Amino acid sequence: MKRLISLKRPEARRVYGTYALVTLAYVILQIMISTRTLSSSMKGMLVPICAYMVMTVALNLVVGVLGELSLGHAGFMSVGAFTGVACAILLQSAVPWAPLRLSVSMAAGAAFAALGGFLIGIPVLRLKGDYLAIVTLAFGEIIKSVLNNFYMGVDKAGLHVSMLADTTGLLPGGRLIVGGPMGIGGIRKIATLDAGFALVMIALIVVYNLINSRMGRAFQAVRDDRIAAESVGIDVTRYKMTAFVVSAALAGAAGCLFAMNYSTIVANKFDFNTSILILVFVVLGGQGNMLGSVAAAAALTILPEKLREFRDYRMLIYAAMLIAIMLGSNNAAVRNFFARLRSFGRASKEEASHGH
Amino acid sequence: MATKLVPVPSRAMVPERDAGRAPILECVNLGLTIGGLKIVENFNLTIGRTEIAGLIGPNGAGKTTVFNLLTKVYHPTTGTVLLDGQDTAGMTPAQANRLGIARTFQNIRLFKNLSVADNVKAAMTNDIHYGLFGAILRLPRCRRQELAAHHRALKLLSIFDMQSLADVKAGSLPYGAQRRLEIVRALATYPSLLLLDEPAAGMNPSETHELIDSIRRVHETFPIAIILIEHDMNLVMNLCEGICVLNFGRVIAKGAPADIQSNPDVIEAYLGRQKEG
Repeated sequence: MKRLISLKRPEARRVYGTYALVTLAYVILQIMISTRTLSSSMKGMLVPICAYMVMTVALNLVVGVLGELSLGHAGFMSVGAFTGVACAILLQSAVPWAPLRLSVSMAAGAAFAALGGFLIGIPVLRLKGDYLAIVTLAFGEIIKSVLNNFYMGVDKAGLHVSMLADTTGLLPGGRLIVGGPMGIGGIRKIATLDAGFALVMIALIVVYNLINSRMGRAFQAVRDDRIAAESVGIDVTRYKMTAFVVSAALAGAAGCLFAMNYSTIVANKFDFNTSILILVFVVLGGQGNMLGSVAAAAALTILPEKLREFRDYRMLIYAAMLIAIMLGSNNAAVRNFFARLRSFGRASKEEASHGH
Repeated sequence: MATKLVPVPSRAMVPERDAGRAPILECVNLGLTIGGLKIVENFNLTIGRTEIAGLIGPNGAGKTTVFNLLTKVYHPTTGTVLLDGQDTAGMTPAQANRLGIARTFQNIRLFKNLSVADNVKAAMTNDIHYGLFGAILRLPRCRRQELAAHHRALKLLSIFDMQSLADVKAGSLPYGAQRRLEIVRALATYPSLLLLDEPAAGMNPSETHELIDSIRRVHETFPIAIILIEHDMNLVMNLCEGICVLNFGRVIAKGAPADIQSNPDVIEAYLGRQKEG
């Protein structure tokens, strides 16, 4: 009997190749850190890069696999960031071991972001195309506004929550955790490259396993032809919701990881620009292409830092390079060149195995 | 040999072998009006459990609209569609499919970026049972069912001798194979009624001949009812046991192939009236 998962199948090669490359990158980074060949500015970017990778993979599930445009994914990232950090602060004394505290916080961030995704999905996923995109944009902004006006504190009597103004009325000795537009301060930076790597791998495994399941086929069927998908009994709204909630959960975990790398976090950090930035990563990496997403997220986060020597012209050059890469990756000649390179590599490998 | 058509209690005609059982499809007084224009009017049709029926008529007669009404893409403004005795009013296309109706499309609608096997497996979505976490963690139950689904898909593809194409992207198949894949995909939902919208469109005579054989084979393998819209009269007269002729949204003739061929109203609809002279 032929096995379904065999490295001979092209999609299996792509999946395991992606896992291997990400692991390889992690090992190389670890070696560079231990031999002190990594600059400190690069070191500081590692965790944000991991968070952006997870964000990009998550958004690619909605944009590339499900085929719906979401312009509000930074909103889910901020839900995850705020709930995750709040959870970490509350657990500070109960769970002294930082990696466990981080894991629990990320899980909490993912859970709340998934809940947010579900609630927002109820009205949004009834729409399609441009209308859906615009409404996700609006919800991204709504989440930002809500978090900007949200106050939460803790004291001996328990949690206190208030909206618009700080009326939490904490007892002496209590601590204000979320301070409206001031966000959350005094965060212990417990996010590490190891945690980032683990989260990237989890995101990749979740998304790849989902794509190659009955749900993934349903997502792609809806993307390719909605009417045909309905005609074979696929409940379009239900599968859109599944993809959306999983994507929101991953974005929430990424947001928590991201926030744990800074000492303060404010809602304005996760605005429309962040949503678009992630979307640029997705488009550049290729819709539905997870390895591309990971690579694009890393490259485009490092690029602006590397361009600092150009000072005032930095963003100008960044934009020009972005356009050049977009044109290049859409160019038939360039694509054929890479396709030839791949088939050449495969042919020579086969030759080698046949030769003996 | 021509199938004998006999009346059921509603006085509609079905093949003799289906007379003992309730019909799979009954359309009663079906009508669709859009913006004052009557697209389909007073459409009555009864299909036996294992009947192969034809729906023919000149271009623009409303044949595809009837298919869209049966599959709930459109909702009728009057009348009802009873599928297996159940009223389908208010159902979505997905619900109608789960009740046992599957179709192909006039302009091919495949999942172009999925492989041939995945196109078939996508149609089995409701038949594969594992949850979200089973999929994410790839639990043994999920692996088992995926493997079983894969084999089922290959078996269905073998009806049209397409199992060797399982890993090919559906969008890159030649035209005839795309049409055949659409039929396999529809069959993958295990329907009791299969609607084929111009299955022979764009095929040459030898391909059409193969298609006739394949449809016969499908009908022998699965004892289901098939309704086909087709302009190729050779195929229609060869395959169909009962034929319904539509013109300007109204049924102008119904009956066995031989009766339809000699019906003056049908000849007029297709060729026009001979000048009195």
